[in-house]
Parts: sequence; structure tokens; C-alpha cells
Amino acid sequence: MFVSYKWLSQYVDIADQSPEELAEKITRAGIEVEGVDMPASDMKGIVVGYVQSREQHPNADKLSKCMVDVGEEEPVQIICGAKNVDAGQYVAVARTGAVLPGNFKIKRAKLRGEESNGMICSLSELGIESRLNPKEYAEGIFNFPNDVTPGEDALAALNRDDAILELSLTPNRSDALSMIGVAYEVAAILGRSVTIPQPNPAEGNEHAAEAVQIRIDAPEDNPVYIGRVVKNVQVGPSPLWMQTLLMNAGVRPHNNVVDITNYVLMEYGQPLHAFDLDRVGTGEIVVRRAEEGETFVTLDDAERTLSADQLVITNGKEPIALAGVMGGANSEVHAGTVNVLIESAYFDGQIVRAASKAHGLRSEASARFEKGVDPARVKAACDRAAQLMAELAGGTVLAGSVVAGEYAPEPKKVSITLDRLNTRLGTDLQMGGVEDIFSRLQFQTETNGDEITVTVPTRRGDITIPEDLTEEVARLYGYDHIPLTLPEGESLPGGLSPYQLGRRTARRYLEGAGFYQAVTYSLTSEKRATQFALEVRKPVALAMPMSEERAFLRESLLPHLMEVASYNSARQMGSASLYETGAVYLNEGENVQPKEEERIAGIVTGLWQEHVWQGEKKPADFFAVKGVIEGLAARFGLTDRLSFEQAGPEGFHPGRTASVLLDRQPIGVVGQLHPALAKEVDLKEAYMFELKLDVLLQAAREELSYTAIPRFPSISRDIALVVDRAVKAAELEGIIKEAGGSLLTNVHVFDVYEGERMEEGKKSVAFALTYVNPDKTLTDEEVTAVHEKVLTALKEKANADLRT
Amino acid sequence: MEEQLKQLQEEAVKKAAAAQDLKELNDIRVAYLGKKGPVTEVLKGMGKLSAEERPKMGALVNVVREAITTAIETKQSSLEAEAIQKQLAEESVDVTLPGRPVKLGGHHPLTRVTEEIEDLFIGMGYTIAEGPEVEQDYYNFEALNLPKGHPARDMQDTFYITPELLLRTHTSPVQVRTMLKHAGKGPVKIICPGKVYRRDSDDATHSHQFNQIEGLVVGENIRMSDLKGTLDAFAKRMFGEDREIRLRPSFFPFTEPSVEVDVSCMCGGKGCSICKGTGWIEVLGAGMVHPNVLEMAGFDSTVYSGFAFGMGQERIAMLKYGIDDIRHFYTNDMRFLKQFSVHE
Repeated sequence: MFVSYKWLSQYVDIADQSPEELAEKITRAGIEVEGVDMPASDMKGIVVGYVQSREQHPNADKLSKCMVDVGEEEPVQIICGAKNVDAGQYVAVARTGAVLPGNFKIKRAKLRGEESNGMICSLSELGIESRLNPKEYAEGIFNFPNDVTPGEDALAALNRDDAILELSLTPNRSDALSMIGVAYEVAAILGRSVTIPQPNPAEGNEHAAEAVQIRIDAPEDNPVYIGRVVKNVQVGPSPLWMQTLLMNAGVRPHNNVVDITNYVLMEYGQPLHAFDLDRVGTGEIVVRRAEEGETFVTLDDAERTLSADQLVITNGKEPIALAGVMGGANSEVHAGTVNVLIESAYFDGQIVRAASKAHGLRSEASARFEKGVDPARVKAACDRAAQLMAELAGGTVLAGSVVAGEYAPEPKKVSITLDRLNTRLGTDLQMGGVEDIFSRLQFQTETNGDEITVTVPTRRGDITIPEDLTEEVARLYGYDHIPLTLPEGESLPGGLSPYQLGRRTARRYLEGAGFYQAVTYSLTSEKRATQFALEVRKPVALAMPMSEERAFLRESLLPHLMEVASYNSARQMGSASLYETGAVYLNEGENVQPKEEERIAGIVTGLWQEHVWQGEKKPADFFAVKGVIEGLAARFGLTDRLSFEQAGPEGFHPGRTASVLLDRQPIGVVGQLHPALAKEVDLKEAYMFELKLDVLLQAAREELSYTAIPRFPSISRDIALVVDRAVKAAELEGIIKEAGGSLLTNVHVFDVYEGERMEEGKKSVAFALTYVNPDKTLTDEEVTAVHEKVLTALKEKANADLRT
Repeated sequence: MEEQLKQLQEEAVKKAAAAQDLKELNDIRVAYLGKKGPVTEVLKGMGKLSAEERPKMGALVNVVREAITTAIETKQSSLEAEAIQKQLAEESVDVTLPGRPVKLGGHHPLTRVTEEIEDLFIGMGYTIAEGPEVEQDYYNFEALNLPKGHPARDMQDTFYITPELLLRTHTSPVQVRTMLKHAGKGPVKIICPGKVYRRDSDDATHSHQFNQIEGLVVGENIRMSDLKGTLDAFAKRMFGEDREIRLRPSFFPFTEPSVEVDVSCMCGGKGCSICKGTGWIEVLGAGMVHPNVLEMAGFDSTVYSGFAFGMGQERIAMLKYGIDDIRHFYTNDMRFLKQFSVHE
């Protein structure tokens, strides 16, 4: 909403408030003023000129040589390029030395050999957007009507010396979608009175009811419809003051009849429509639901196909307007219009919204109906427009209004006690102060002991409950005056849940291991949605995505991490360790919330470790990333419950990928990005993992308890086993552990050899075994007995021989 | 004999002092004090001496032996010290060469801001509540006083999956779910962080995915002044003790009254590019929980009242660290991420 300071000052005395001061006060009281535009501030030296003569420029077809009276003794010669310049026009002249918006300075110049002492301006050159220029001047210079004097300040004549406040209105404050509404707000802030027009059009003898009959067939959608008839209007430009105020309000002037309806719309917030009564043709207005498939041409010349959830104004036969949205081409006011029917009605917000949405037509009118207009202004706005048409378009207003339906809702009464008001705000207000605030808002109040009852005018439809009164009091009392306190009463122990703590631990662990945390988008392409997914389902799709790239919810964190690694690699950051924690979304069926599982995933590219000047370079490999997962499991005390199995999921290197299991249930994957895929995203070797963080953290929730440090020495035995190459280390370890029993406390691989010194198809795996008896010192014999059992088991179950 | 001993002593001490290395010194020890050495020889010849002379001579031999031993040991220490010196000199390194790098990782700035805010409110007795990102229309809108067709739904254009399922546009549905769990019994004191989504084209200041952290307190007699005091404490700890807050009336369907909360700019009110010359930066939206929201969540609004507030981690991080483009958070450029691993 653009509010002209000059226009506003018609209703409330703001002479002592600078536009900036006023803007700040309005903002602090609840309606944000996004900006204050003072168009004249970057212009000077622009006066009204009278074009005494125009002749063709001797050396240029497209230029005119004009002699312009600028209020001085001698006229000045100005060369003008506008097609529409002519003798006898009053125009805006930027004199030599003038400045136009954008710090455009006007200098004396010679144009094709002819001297030019200034510039005749178009409205755009004076800073008015061309979409707001009256159509006849949009392509050329502007002509003043004949009520200006050469030499006078053209910026003042054009109301360019105004200040325009841009209000950003929240949906509840549609009352401020009108000058009068803003006037009430400003008056309340400043504690002043409001002067509202009291329209009382002089009426002719003929009765409006004889010229038109109105019937409402859809009273739910349109409770009241008022028509006034103005006869014998002369359609022409509206006065300059009205045109300029409309442009300052962001409305394009057309002709006096249309401008008046728009002016009253901006003034009262009540949308009006003017029909050419003769073109309506039937002397009848019928408001009804559109028929399904009915067609109709709106005044923008577009044919609209209507549906039954839209409301139309008809002449009893066919639609002549889409109610509250746009008029029809068949009944539009034009230059030859003589008799006008003014429509002022209350249309239901929902039905206007539906039509405006269906046809993609948003107008000043539809926006106001959607938010709800003030039923109390329907009649006044109609009278105001009729009066202005008589005054400014020379028409005769027929006697009386034609009214169909009735809509006069009682103003709401809302009560609140002073105690509740103060306890909600934390203030110590007295009743007198509260009454004063409501009287500034021009709300009537009744006080009964501790309780105040407020009669809320219909213009403030947003106030319905006691809390709304609290807000009115708070904002006008001033939030700065509310004290600073902290909640009283029962205090609670704050903190993180074990799960949340676990998540933080997991993150910190990975960061300690050199991973940087990434945050990527949950929405992705169809291709990426299921890529690398631990569990592939039909991905959850958006109904109306903004792009194909962001159309599905991801089932794995890895695709985007891969893209991040690729992005970094392309920018000389080829060694990167990145991780992410976040949800993946698993489809559970139509209209069911997807299952959201929290995952932790990582990607490692390039070097795992590097010490440049010592020449140490260790590229990342499968075991580096596996080690990270083992460490993470160790961090949560899950080492013994974790295992890895060779696996070949899609997208991974078939020989370098493992499924990660917890208690033998799969919880993730670790492996090398398939080289073919890596190539697609310009990566070299990349290793990735993704784990079900939620499962991991749930499993980790165990009490920590201490195990005594062994008091007796341990005995170590190393064995090097020769086995078939296909035998897995984990298999051998399992056999050793089982056979080793309780005395065997530790087993780990310390060497693996596959090479020429081995027999074909064989490899050597060396284990270090540690035996301890917590209760006594082990003897060599005891160890040997167990150790023999281990070796036998290895031979039997894995055909493992001791390497000699 | 006495003479002979003195001479031996003098000779041995001299030789020891002149020894070049530990081996030579050891040879000297063996030569003089060894089993076949002269001092031992003297001791062997003691049997020929008289009973009176024997102790006298014995004492003398000990003195001589002591003296030679001392001389050798002294020399040995000095030779050893020299050897160590030599070894240390050889082992010295250029300490200005770079050390072996320890791999460092770090938090994403959004996590950093989130955890900082979480911890700050945990200190004030809050717990952290979380909830699904794909929400039912009911929890995201209707239970928050935004029935279908409400004009304020335009304020937050939504990614719908089906007419009833959507990507949450704020973390407020977590507040609703938490209140329902409390079954009408206060107090409730939670912080709800999480990802949210809106139909915005990504540019320097808009992101279709972003983070929010909301707070909710419901209890008996919770006041607007409590909200103001809480947010004042937050602003001071988050941005600095000299910061102040300012409340401006606003509108949210789920709070009444509703306010926008500005924090005073670090320029101290002089006006700068961050605050666009106003001295204030808009940081939070807040208000008193709308009675309809309380009632729908099972709380008696005549007994209970509450306040709620919400802010965006991206905006906080941008203000705190001077980040100029919201897309940086989701591009994950290592040169960006690495800047936030520093402890502050």
C-alpha cells in the first residue's frame, strides 16, 4: 500500500510530522513502513512551460523546434524529440541547470545545429513509472490541463513534491488498505481526530430505481449490492490533482469515471465498478453463480471460461463482470459513455479469491474483497463516487440508491479485565490509561469495575478476542514500556536427551577424525533420490516441484555428498573429508508421513594423510574409512557388536565395499564409489559410508561399568596362517575366538601377505593372540593347551596351516 | 714400595686425564686397576710385609686406588658428556619446519549456531524437541490457527506432497506435538531446531531449504514481559552484553499479540550497511501463544498462557560472521567450511 503524505493530510493533521518521523511512528505502532519515497528530492529546476510554436527541425526529421514560454520575458528555444509535442500545450520543462532522477543534469546544447535550452519532459523522466502514466502520455511528453501558469513549479503541480510511504501490511491489517483506514491508525498514534468525507451528492429528479433494477440470486456470496446511476457524464481526463494522487498511490489514471472509482477505492478501501448503463442494455443487474463452462470476455479482452464456484454480475442475460475481480468488455465505460451505473457491493472473500486465483487476475479490488471490506462503507463509498462524478464529470446523479440485499453486521463487543490485560503483558496499567488508548482508536468502551468492554468498529474485523485487545493496548502503549522479566514458577532441568547427546558425540568424533560437516538439500532429482540408498523405495515426490533438480526427497545422504566432493575437487580441493547427519525419507504409502531415518554419512577423496616436506603421502583407501566407522562404534561401546560383510550394492566398487552390520543386522555401507560413477562427476578415487545413526545411537544406550585391570601377566602367541585366498580374515578370527575361549582376550591381524613367495591361490594372514587369566598367572602349559586347540580348529574349519 | 705406589698413582691419573675416548679410558682402568694390574700386584706382595706395616700399606693402597678410580670416573663423565653433546648436535632439527599435520574437521556454521543457541537455552532450563520434516497439514497449519483458505497461508508458500502432506514451513508443528504430549499440563519449555522448506527460488537471500529454531514456554501466568526478558538475555549472550532488543508489533496467526524483534546493531546505532542505517537488525518473530493454539493443543487458555519465538540460523550466522550469500551454507565449499572450525 502506497500512502501519499499529501493525500493523508486531508484526513488527519500531520503538518508537524515529517514523513520520516511519521513513518517511524507508524512502524513502531505495528504497520511496517518499508520505505519513504520523496520523488522531488532528486530533481530540481523543472517548471511549467507553454509551447508557443513548434516547427520541424531543419536538419532532423524526428525533432521539433519549439519556442516555450517558461514564465520569463522571452520564450526559450527547446529542441524536442517527442512525437506528440505541439503548439498550445502546457508541458513540464527541465530548464538549463535542472537535475532529473539519476543525477541527469540538463545543459545547454546544440542538437543538429539548433540551440536547445532545456528539455520537455515525459512523466517517466520525472520519475513516474511508465506503467502508471496515462496511456496518451506514456509514449511522449506530458500535457498539463489548462489550469497551470508558465513558470510555476512543475513538480508541485504534479504532486511530485509529495512523500510516499510504502506500507507493508500483514494479513490482519487489511483495514489499512485505504487512506481512511491509515488515517484512523495515524490519528490513534498521534492522539488526534480524523476528518472523514461526508458524501451527500446533489440528486436530480429522476429516480435511480427507474433506470435500473438489481437482484441478487446468490445472497451467500453477495449479501448486499448498491447501485447508483449518474446520467449525462462527460468522459474525459480527470483533474490533475486526482491523476497525480492516483499515480502516487500506484494507480494508473484512465478517465474521470474510472479514476473516480479508483480514487474512492483507495480512499475507502471499497472496490467500485462503473458500468456503461446503456451498454448493460437491459436496465437490470442480476448477481448469480456462473454456469459451468460459461464464457465471458473481461475488459482486458481475454476470453474467460467460468465455473460454478465463481460469481458473476449479469444484465439478466449474460455476464457483464466477474464479481470483485474484473469488469467485462461488453459494458466497459469508454470515451462515448453517457450514463453510468456505479456498483458498490460486498462480495464474500472466498469466492473472489477462487475466481482471482482461477484466472490469475489479482487486482486492487480482488485483494480487498479477499481480505474482507468494511460493510459499513459500502453505501458511503457509492455516494462518494456519485458525488465526485457529478462534480468532476458533469453528470446528474439520479435520486436514491438501488439497494439489493442487506448487510449490516453489528459491531463486535469484546471484553477483558484489567487484571488479565496486565498479567498477559507484565504491565501495571490503570483503567484510565487503557480507556484512553481505546478512545484514541475511536473504539467505544464501557467500564464495569475491573472489566472493560470494547465495541469494535466493523472496519477492524481483525479484533475478535481479548488477546486482540491486549495487542492494541500493547502496541499503542509501546512495547518499549513493557518491563524485562523471566518466567516465574516451577523451574525445569534443561538438557539434551541421550539421543541428542549421542548425535553430538558422533559429530564431534568425526570432526576429530578430520571430517568437515556439510549440510545439503533434502530435495533432489529423481535420479539422485534413490542412488546409494540402503533401502530403495519409491521416492517421495513433491506435488508441484519448482524444478526437476528439487522434486524428490532423498533416500540417502551420499548423492549430494558426492556432488559436494566433486564441487570441491573441481576447485583444487581434491583431498576432502566431509560428513553429514540428517534425515532420509522413506515412502510409507500415499498420504502417510514417510519414515524419517537419521543417517550419518561421509565421503573421503584424495589424500588421507599428508606431510609434504617429509614426502609422506597416504591416499585414502577402504581401510581408512572402515577405521573411521570402527572408531565410531568403539566410541559408543559397540565394537563387539559390529561386523562387516563383503557386499556389492549398486554404485559401489564391487570388490571394495562392505555392508556394515550391528548385531548381524545391516545398518549401513562402506566402500569405494564405483569408478564409472566417479568419472561421471569428475572424481578420482572416493570412499564413502552411510550408517543408520538412529539405530546406532539407540543401541549405544547402555550404562558404563568398570572391568578390573588384570593383575596377572598376559602371554602372547603370534601365528602366521596359510589359507586359500578366498578365506576372510573375519572368518579366521571367529574360529580363533571360539576355540580360544575365555582365556583368549585379544586377537588381531598383524600381517597379510599375498605374493610370489606364496603358493598359487594361497595367502598368509598373521594373527597376534593374547591370553590372560584374570585369577592367576598362566603357565606355559595352560597356554599351549588352548593354543593347540586354536590351531586344530583352524586346520579343521579353514584348512589353515601354520606358515613355516 | 710406598714410592712405587705414589708413582703409579701419578702416572695413572695423568694418563686418565689425557685419555681421548671411553675405550682408552677403559684400557687405563684395566691396566692399573685390573686383576693383573700393578695395584693388584702390590696387594699380592703385602704378604711379605710385617704385621705393623701391613695395615698401613693396605690403607695406602686404598688411597691410591681411590685416587685413580676418581680420576678415571671424572674423565669418564666428561667424555660421556662430550659424546652426548656430539650426538645432540647431530640430532638437531630445524624447528621452523612445519609439523606433521593433525587432520582437523569441524562443524558446519549452521550447526555451530544451532548448538550455541541450544546450549544457551538449555542453561535457562529448556529441553530440545524435534519432529518430522514431512508434516501433516494439520500440525503445520490448522493447529496453528491457520485453517485452509486462510490468507496468511500465502505468507509461506508451501511444498505440498499431497493435499494433506507437506514439507514443514516452520518448526512450529513440533511445538504443537509437544504440547499435545503434555496433555494440558504445564509447564512446557522447549527449543525446536530443524530444517524447514518454502517455495522460494534460491538466490543470495532466499533458500528453499533453511533452518529454524523456535522456542515455546507455556505455564500459568506467562507474560509478554517474560518473552521480552528472555529474548533480551538471548540477544546479550548471542551477540554481546551491550546489545539491546526492540519489539515491533507484527502479525502471526499463531500468536497474539505478535511482534518482530530487532537487536541493536553492532555499529552501536550509528547506522551501517548491515542495519541499513537504522541501528536495528530484525532477528526474530515472537508473540504470546494464540488462545486458539493453546486450546487446540489441549491447554485451557484461561489458566495457561505462553510465549513463542522463532528465528533462522542462516540469518543469525550471516549476521554473526558477516556471510553475504545464503547459498554458501549449502554449497559446502571447503574454503568456507574450514573457517568455522576455529574455537571462539
